Amino acid sequence: MSEVPAVLEMRGITKRFPTGTLANDAIDLEVRKGEIHALLGENGAGKSTLMNILYGLVTPDEGEIRIDAQPITIHDPADAIARGIGMVHQHFMLIPVLSVAENVVLGQEIVRAGGVLDLSEAGTRINLLAKKLGFDIDPSSKIEGLSVGQQQRVEILKAIYRNARILVLDEPTAVLTPQETREIFEVLRRLRSEGASIIFISHKLDEVLEIADRITVIRRGKVVGSRRPRETNANDLAELMVGRAVSLRVDRGRSHPGESMLEVAGLRAKNDRGQDVLHDIDLSVHAGEIVGIAGVAGNGQEELVEALIGLRKPTGGRIRLGGHDLTHASVDERRDRGMAFVPADRHKYGLVLTYPLDDNLALTRYGDRPFAGGFAGIIRNFRAIAENAIRLMKEFDIRAPDPKVPAGTLSGGNQQKVVVAREFRHDLRLLVLDQPTRGLDVGSIEFIHKQVIGRRDSGAAVLLVSAELDEVLDLSDRVLVMFRGRVVGTFLADEAQREKVGLLMATGGAAA
Amino acid sequence: MSRLRRAAGRVWQVASIPLLAIVLAFIVAAFVIVVSSVFTSSGLDVFLPLGAYGSLLAGAFGSGTGISNTLVAAAPLILGGLAVGLGFKAGLFNIGVAGQFLVGAFAAAVVGASLAGAPGAVGVSLAMIAGALGGAAFGFIPGLLKARTGAHEVVTTIMLNNAAVLLLTWAVNDLVRAPGFSFPRTGDIGNSALPILLGRNVHLGIPLAVLAVFAVRWLLDRTTNGFEIRTVGQNPNAARYAGMRPVFVTTLTMTLSGLLAGTAGAIQMLGVIGFYAPGITASVGFDSIAVALLGRSDPIGILFAAILFGAFRAGAPLMQIETSVPIEIIDIIQALVILFLAADLIVRRVFRVRATKPVISELATVARTWAGGTPPGGTP
Repeated sequence: MSEVPAVLEMRGITKRFPTGTLANDAIDLEVRKGEIHALLGENGAGKSTLMNILYGLVTPDEGEIRIDAQPITIHDPADAIARGIGMVHQHFMLIPVLSVAENVVLGQEIVRAGGVLDLSEAGTRINLLAKKLGFDIDPSSKIEGLSVGQQQRVEILKAIYRNARILVLDEPTAVLTPQETREIFEVLRRLRSEGASIIFISHKLDEVLEIADRITVIRRGKVVGSRRPRETNANDLAELMVGRAVSLRVDRGRSHPGESMLEVAGLRAKNDRGQDVLHDIDLSVHAGEIVGIAGVAGNGQEELVEALIGLRKPTGGRIRLGGHDLTHASVDERRDRGMAFVPADRHKYGLVLTYPLDDNLALTRYGDRPFAGGFAGIIRNFRAIAENAIRLMKEFDIRAPDPKVPAGTLSGGNQQKVVVAREFRHDLRLLVLDQPTRGLDVGSIEFIHKQVIGRRDSGAAVLLVSAELDEVLDLSDRVLVMFRGRVVGTFLADEAQREKVGLLMATGGAAA
Repeated sequence: MSRLRRAAGRVWQVASIPLLAIVLAFIVAAFVIVVSSVFTSSGLDVFLPLGAYGSLLAGAFGSGTGISNTLVAAAPLILGGLAVGLGFKAGLFNIGVAGQFLVGAFAAAVVGASLAGAPGAVGVSLAMIAGALGGAAFGFIPGLLKARTGAHEVVTTIMLNNAAVLLLTWAVNDLVRAPGFSFPRTGDIGNSALPILLGRNVHLGIPLAVLAVFAVRWLLDRTTNGFEIRTVGQNPNAARYAGMRPVFVTTLTMTLSGLLAGTAGAIQMLGVIGFYAPGITASVGFDSIAVALLGRSDPIGILFAAILFGAFRAGAPLMQIETSVPIEIIDIIQALVILFLAADLIVRRVFRVRATKPVISELATVARTWAGGTPPGGTP
């Protein structure tokens, strides 16, 4: 290996949080020029803390940062930007009502005489940059009209516009479709060939193996290994990351379907823009059965689960659970009948980020015994809420200092575990899962998959929607394929081959 | 011991910015006083602020009368602040406290006057209830409009404030004008006046207002309804997902907010003013917004903020008499406090506060509602 000089060196970085958690424990990281360096680790392993230190958002207790061999201190993000460090956060920092150009130049506006903002000049520069990176983007379009993938490119553009030589991407693919992921990888490769160094934070093994030149694995705040993709494989990386052997495929066992639990007949619904997106959906899920819904995102899956849980009014059809008609029932009533729901968007629906964990862990049963009682059943029972939190945190390995910390301070994976822990109640009859493992690391995915199968085996009906086809195929006893708001195919587990299902997902079959 | 320290730390975390904003407001107002001393006193006087603040303090807390006046002025602000603060908790900006206050005051005045000769306990209770219900009804209207149609509460409550003033002027002129007075007003409330507990003017409304502080705190912290109110305010989507009904919660919150504002009107009517006449001041309605912001919507915080604002009102006359600093300086100080709360970065820089930045949801609510953001819960 010829020695390409290190652009960035982080030496002995240690950060202890006031709660006593050692987030970073003497971490060493070296990133070379023109390299895509993956930072791999479980949720809460300390990847984000390390990057926040680099970006000046967190002050380290110990350690040294060098750029081009010069020791530097970074007080705040402005310092980091001045040193050529750019960061694309998982949740974008864009202003929706402003245009692409306005967002990109924000803070570094080009000004004409008299203090007038020169957006056309900015637009020209942005077009030039975009062309160089291979983006197709109109600088004058508003952010709110762009897809998630396009917004991410604006974030990258923003960093490059500020002359970033070291670009940090915090779980960039977590919010992308497979197609968008491929596109962003192209962009990263192009950036690398331009000489930029990229730090790619992820916990998705296949992606890391595909894109990275080097992989540094962090577990519980420590660097536990460094690999090159060709010297390693997914199992090796998973074991490094989790600290034990992990099975990447679930053992589903045999299902013993019982009576029909969920019956959906002729269900129709509109999306938020008033367009018909569900057309006469018929489906049933039996007790003790996992039914998976495969489909490219945006083919009505989201509206289907929202209609099932009561967040969206059906415009036609019937929903029955265990013989009871729930078509027009409230969310509350459905929950009382034994429905539970893990939503795809945990920040929108699943959690109240400002609330402590214990309130979040009781959020969907806040008005039921034992969480409420006393006079007219409206007095909250804090002891029951606390006990529930402590029990679920232990059972689901939710890593947090105590049940009183706000849910927003947890890592994404731990937040997801909070939602899952709360919804996997023991008196479950129908469990609706929408992207249950999105953003989770392999260890947590394995755990949640086992829990799903456990609930199935104890008699719950499970409806699983996932953008990860592998997840649907691995877990489901039956697979339905959705295309443009219709169910276009049904497969039993042993006849659901990846290719066949994938083709149907893409084309909807000859009938459509 | 360490638990005590932790509790103190938590209090400091929420209270540090409001407290330092007050300190900074006094410092900046001192410059204003010095500059204005050129015109108000015999010449430039750099020590005038010290004298003025001393008199202000003496006027508000220096004597039994001062303390009484402070408490009397604080009582309606406590209830009004709670009304605004409760709305903030649900993500609603109730600017209609002024109107709800007037409706409450009017209802209390009319019922009180009609029971002027009845036993005090009956007159006071019924007049108080009338005031509370009047305010509640006037809060219910924008609440229902918001919940059912998405009509913005900022717009509807501002319009209803005007509607209240004009409607009540008409009512006093043409419906309930008491005979024998040279100007339109309601009759004497007689026995329906709130009993005086202490001194000349410490009326029953003051302990009632303090009681309301703890009632609202209990509602928000201990009950499922309070949890619903807070959840709708923090994340309306999650509230729906959890099985709550934002339509109901929004209406309930605005009604309760109006009830508190109406009660403020009632105690002011039955404890201080005594009769309703067009043009009675509803400045309580707007000061309540400042009180809720300063108290960070926390009932206990609102209690202290209201006492501070009450002290300003009670102490200012003595300040003007002793130092010729005009009473209006109080408005400047109050405005500066809110300014520094909103621009808390100034406070952090000046005092080098490095506390983690708490979410000031109230100001976010103000900003979002003024900017015409989507209402919580969206369309029902």
